[in-house]
Amino acid sequence: MKNLVIIGAGSAGTMMVNHLHQKLPKGWKITVVDPHPVHYYQPGFLFLPFGIYEEKDLYKEKKDYIPKHADYLQVEVDRIVPEKNAIELKGDASELQYDVLIIATGSRIAPEEVEGMDSDLWYKSVFDYYSFEGSLALTERLKSWEGGKLVVHITEMPIKCPVAPLEFAFLSDWFFKEKGMRDKVEITYVTPLSGAFTKPRSSKKLGHMLDEKDIKLVTDFAVQRIDNENKKLISWDDKEVPFDLLATVPTNIGDDMIARSGLGDDLNFVPTNKHTLQSDAHEDIFVIGDATNLPTSKAGSVAHFESEILTENILAYINGKSLKESFDGHANCFVETGHGKAMLIDFNYDQEPVEGVFPFEGIGPMKLLEENRLNHWGKLAFRWVYWNMLMKGRKVPFISTHMQTKGKQLEQV
Amino acid sequence: MMEAVIANRPVELNEEGYFLKPEQWDREIAHAIAEEEEISLTDKHFEVIDYIRDQYDKDVALTIRRIGKSGVVNIKEFYALFPDGPLKKASRIAGIPKPASCI
Repeated sequence: MKNLVIIGAGSAGTMMVNHLHQKLPKGWKITVVDPHPVHYYQPGFLFLPFGIYEEKDLYKEKKDYIPKHADYLQVEVDRIVPEKNAIELKGDASELQYDVLIIATGSRIAPEEVEGMDSDLWYKSVFDYYSFEGSLALTERLKSWEGGKLVVHITEMPIKCPVAPLEFAFLSDWFFKEKGMRDKVEITYVTPLSGAFTKPRSSKKLGHMLDEKDIKLVTDFAVQRIDNENKKLISWDDKEVPFDLLATVPTNIGDDMIARSGLGDDLNFVPTNKHTLQSDAHEDIFVIGDATNLPTSKAGSVAHFESEILTENILAYINGKSLKESFDGHANCFVETGHGKAMLIDFNYDQEPVEGVFPFEGIGPMKLLEENRLNHWGKLAFRWVYWNMLMKGRKVPFISTHMQTKGKQLEQV
Repeated sequence: MMEAVIANRPVELNEEGYFLKPEQWDREIAHAIAEEEEISLTDKHFEVIDYIRDQYDKDVALTIRRIGKSGVVNIKEFYALFPDGPLKKASRIAGIPKPASCI
């Protein structure tokens, strides 16, 4: 019996086991290894502080999404030993052998990377909203916060869901307006990038929206440390941004196990072929989702499109064929803008987000890089799609794996 | 794309002034661009520039974090050498295309 092992049962790993368990040829079995029993709906972390979702909306049990035929080990991996095709497990002398390995270990926040972040003010005045604990702590803090300087901050790129900080800023504006205290809150958006977003057209559009919502923008700010005593962000070139409440995105890094195995770059992300999803170092190791070093967004939609490519490529690999399927970097993200509206962006390695309609040329009904109510309903409906279609490996109708240019305004109007 | 002449040599630049063909670069050009930025290049600057060009040749994506761990300079020194947006400034002076930041 040959063994295909998947490390990680988050979004990417769960999609892969559901795609592969029916397609693998006879003589293969799948083993999923993940020590954490809870599968969080991560897009919900952003919504919790603003009361759009409640705690119970944010998680389910991982075991309910792993097919019965697959072996599921709830243990932590100590390290991967590619030379022996083996995985050493923690707290147990036993090893697991693999014939093909999929790394789907995601990314985590690392507040310890910035001096003073994980310190006296942590979860008192300094919060993340990229973890369940952080989002929950921030929710509690916002309930009684009386206003002041709110700073929405990105530490360094790359981060998971790069639009989330902008959404956080937009939703804050809306939230405090609804509470009747917007005049007591000064919102500042602080980013290491040179604009509101990374690519020219969306950066211009989103920068304009920050303006309209009276959110100040501080760009090119690379944080060195947080001064806990004076409540200030301090940059490497000694610029300062004072805050009363800091909602930050700490440095994102890959799993520590990747570092223990010597398979990662300086942020523990695994160097991966951007088209085939095979690891650069070992042909029998494939990588999916946030764990890769691919130059595209770290996002559930990316993992979803990758899972369709990777399924075909793994079947080709075990049949001794060439890896034909090619990932284009496709990402598709809703951007909540507050007041019951959202934007949609759709892009890949080569095509930046532009205006247009989605998914049908000339019809939509979703709009790209433009706010409307339907986009917002789309985002709320997405939670159902996530649990009932994506995680079960079912094809989402009308959404193609590769990015389509139809319906997009490719030239600036 | 635009064509320009820097230090009497024809070069191809993108609309933001970054090199499209790093092979057109030399040290005279580096001095000329640095002068525009009001930076007077020292040996230490060139150590950083050489590191950046070497990483570019190896197809390694450059970040401030990586330069801070390069052993050539720490981040504080990098800012001191190339004030205000050191990665962008140093990349332009080093004659490599604009570092791509991930979406």
